[in-house]
Amino acid sequence: MSQAEPFPNDPMVPPELSSNVFISTIDKFYNWGRKRSMWPMMFGLACCAIEMICVAAGRYDLARFGAELMRPSPRQADLMIVSGTVTKKMVPTIVRLYNQMPEPKYVLSMGACATSGGPFKEGYNVVSGIDKFLPVDVYVPGCPPKPEALLQGLLKLFEKIEKQSIRDVAWYRKTAIEAVPVPVLGPDLIDMRRAMEIREMSQSPVEPAADPAQA
Amino acid sequence: MYGSGLIKGMGVTFKHFVETYLEDLKYVFKGGRYNDKHLAVRQGPKAKGIFTVQYPEEKLPVPENFRYIPFLVFDTQKNEDRCTSCGICAKVCPPQCIWIVRTNDPKTNRPIPQPAEFYIDATICMSCSLCAEFCPFDAIKMDHDYELASFERFNTLVFDKARLTKPDTYHAAIHPTDWARELQDKEAAARKEAEKAAAAAAKKAAAEAAVAAKAAETDKPADEAQPAA
Amino acid sequence: MAAKAAAAPVAELTGPLAGLKEKFGEAVKPGDFEGVVINHDRLVEVATYIRDELGYDYLTSVTGVDYLAQNEMEVVYHVLNTRAGGAPLVFKARTPRENAVVPSLITVWPGADFQEREAWDLLGIKFEGHPYLKRILMWEGFSGHPLRKDWKEAYYEQDVKPFDSRWPGGHHRRAEDRVPYADNVNFPADFDPTVYTAQADAAVYERFKNYEVDERGQFVPKEAVKDENGNGKFQEYLETDELVVNLGPQHPSTHGVFRMVVALDGEKIMHLEPVMGYLHRNHEKIGERNTYIQNMPFTDRLDYLSSMSNNFGYALAVEKLMKVTPPERAEYIRVIMAELTRICNHVWAIGFLLNDLGAFFTPALYAIEERELILDLFEAVSGSRMMCNYFRFGGVARDLPVGWLETCRELVFNRLPKKVDELDYFLSENEIIRARCEGSGVLTGDDAVKYSTAGPVLRASGVAYDVRRAEPYSIYERFEFDVAVRNHGDVYDRYLIRLDEVRQSLRILQQALNQIPEKGEIQAGKKQYSARVPAGQAYGRVEGPKGELGFYVVSDGTANPYRYHIRAPSFINLTALGPMSVGQKIADAVIILGSIDIVLGETDR
Repeated sequence: MSQAEPFPNDPMVPPELSSNVFISTIDKFYNWGRKRSMWPMMFGLACCAIEMICVAAGRYDLARFGAELMRPSPRQADLMIVSGTVTKKMVPTIVRLYNQMPEPKYVLSMGACATSGGPFKEGYNVVSGIDKFLPVDVYVPGCPPKPEALLQGLLKLFEKIEKQSIRDVAWYRKTAIEAVPVPVLGPDLIDMRRAMEIREMSQSPVEPAADPAQA
Repeated sequence: MYGSGLIKGMGVTFKHFVETYLEDLKYVFKGGRYNDKHLAVRQGPKAKGIFTVQYPEEKLPVPENFRYIPFLVFDTQKNEDRCTSCGICAKVCPPQCIWIVRTNDPKTNRPIPQPAEFYIDATICMSCSLCAEFCPFDAIKMDHDYELASFERFNTLVFDKARLTKPDTYHAAIHPTDWARELQDKEAAARKEAEKAAAAAAKKAAAEAAVAAKAAETDKPADEAQPAA
Repeated sequence: MAAKAAAAPVAELTGPLAGLKEKFGEAVKPGDFEGVVINHDRLVEVATYIRDELGYDYLTSVTGVDYLAQNEMEVVYHVLNTRAGGAPLVFKARTPRENAVVPSLITVWPGADFQEREAWDLLGIKFEGHPYLKRILMWEGFSGHPLRKDWKEAYYEQDVKPFDSRWPGGHHRRAEDRVPYADNVNFPADFDPTVYTAQADAAVYERFKNYEVDERGQFVPKEAVKDENGNGKFQEYLETDELVVNLGPQHPSTHGVFRMVVALDGEKIMHLEPVMGYLHRNHEKIGERNTYIQNMPFTDRLDYLSSMSNNFGYALAVEKLMKVTPPERAEYIRVIMAELTRICNHVWAIGFLLNDLGAFFTPALYAIEERELILDLFEAVSGSRMMCNYFRFGGVARDLPVGWLETCRELVFNRLPKKVDELDYFLSENEIIRARCEGSGVLTGDDAVKYSTAGPVLRASGVAYDVRRAEPYSIYERFEFDVAVRNHGDVYDRYLIRLDEVRQSLRILQQALNQIPEKGEIQAGKKQYSARVPAGQAYGRVEGPKGELGFYVVSDGTANPYRYHIRAPSFINLTALGPMSVGQKIADAVIILGSIDIVLGETDR
């Protein structure tokens, strides 16, 4: 379980600090505290939410990992489990909820739908993965993931937390963390970060890129 | 009476609590609280008291039919993929998450029954097992491995042929009944082949008595059935 | 009337339809199906006659079909007689594709409300006379009507599956990489997002501005209700303490991504507007591209708590077209699975109704334990806990594993009856439950029929309508069971009726488990991965745990359905949510919703 896997969002510990005993001890303590009180937001989207409830219920018992307190309010939550299909109609709400969560916050994408759109990817009202809008920390594939698979995803997230250092985490910097712009429901879903691009492209429609395999 | 609901409710919790320890005690004397044999009983219709599976230390055994993401069976005896790239799985796949590149013979440019590339996008797969159900060669099966969480989805969760291929010994281990059926089918097919060969030989013998012996020697069992179009 | 849809034109109208022809003459024509085509000028008139004279008091399904080649839109109505039972009566109205207009039947059957809005939203059929014809699943401002055959989504690849790009030269390629916006979006030409004002939410609130409350608590257009000085009554409310509150789409008690916009006077609900579509996953559009068998796993994801029932309904619809009957053992397996699903669903519903009542999670924990045991059975037989994908046309996917029946018997004969009694003992007489539930959210029997509610909601209002009795499918006529009925139509009765139904399901299960043949075929004919289905249309329906679940399938003789419509009980039951909640306290809206027991996957599809 503990092989070092590179992940882009993980802050890198500078080499001169990595051997610093003091920092790493605090880090250890800090991370231990955080990972053992990871409160998810009580927030279900689709089928996977049912499996998420089962994880919180008696048989799989999320409480064993200190994560049983599902908070209905984003203000008190550390972890957003995106459990199910993210539709275009729903995504503005999800982004808003994410923005309302206090740092440090994590996103776990549960199931195929949240990860990439899943079996419904081709649908006209489906967002191709929540990572188009939010930074996702752990992906759990499966349709729906077995409750154990979600727990494993949570353990994977703990692994990630263990590697973070209090020195480089973004939420103790002076610069404010920018909120994700809330997408707008227009003729189709408008990602406001791409507004200029969309304007340009809709004025000069381009042909879709040819399939390199068939070229 | 006001408050009776409260007392009843506390009562059921208390009963559950006591039962848990009684059950635990019962199993302590039978050789440990949580071994696999007891787990099946304590998680079955006779379950009493606490019902929790202590994942990741203990895991519920998954049934043989359990399905998650498919894998490709590699025939260790013939040392080749069972898959003939007939494409039925790709055609039946509801979310169309299977991509297959058929191998073409470099000389004749005609397809040969081997997949050159095989992809399953695990971020789209809906674990429906239709591919495994309709595969005529038992080449694609549903895996039991559900611990696939990853930090990244673009490389890790698009399974290529190397990632998908698993030996048939693994398949035999997780699908014992299915494996037994396959062996039976194979035997039956071999027997049928032998009978066919024998019948053909007898026919030939009757027709051409002179070359009958020779014909029976060279008569090879025919190849496996061709895929349905 | 025979249940099976025939492909050949029906020359003579028989039964109740003969009278129609006599009375309305040329306005009623026989169609190429078992039913009639009604001229849309006289639709309301004929519909009233069908309701009042022929006794078809219940509108079960309204949907549209887009016939691109004929340049025609067809609106299909299925109506039922709740007293006499029997098969639904089918009638249609036709209208040209451009400027598709038919009169709304909301005055005849108020249950048409949401379904007509859906047909407008997805197919662009205007229903004249509908008081609030706005988009329901998509948002106001969305461009186009997606279920029209010529409407293409961003990731459009081919009209029908399987896609050619998957085999034999199937290099993996993400859908994002082949579309211009590199995402699942399409914008009209010359669209400028920087100056765009969204109308999606404004449209929702519009009803709270331009409408006012009449004496029955119903919203009517502003001009309609005026006092003697000509002031709208709604004005008064606004001047006092009218308050609009949003519950959802993210709210712990909306059972998913459902939104209720409530106008409050103090704590009293003056109007409740359900807003849905937050889980609209385009089942119908995807379903028309899929082959028949490919839709089976998608039906699992409709009402994801009871996938086996969904499989059942869809299998029945397609089997009607294919004219196959499953073998004996398969029929028993199907019934066993469907009834286990019902138990599963009802214990879950009870657990979560208690959640909504404030008994947070403890009753649900006990309910989930029983559900888990049933899910283990599903997993053993089908491979997945929730998404069973177990039914096939003419049978089931695989036989029961060794020892399955024994475990099931243990559960059904020994454990579950005790547990249901336990739930009953601990919950039914609880004073908080009685105080909160009795008398709240009352729906009278007449209203229940009027609003086309189905399942436990309908039966708790004293209407003994159960598809298993009214039009027995599979082998239900072999079993002895009672149709559970309660008479008050309040939340408490809707809770009790679920317990009753679990008991009846156990009765059916016990009989089925005793009668099931030990060995036998489980599949009629050969399973095909791409079966062609004879042309025609069929409406297959089952009594799902939430109510009547119907699948309307139109086949054009190819391997893909031409039209695939789901009559979703969760969706249509919500029609009654507004009327039930008006006059109640805001806190009760939550339990009224909980007592309807919706699943958003099915509501929004």
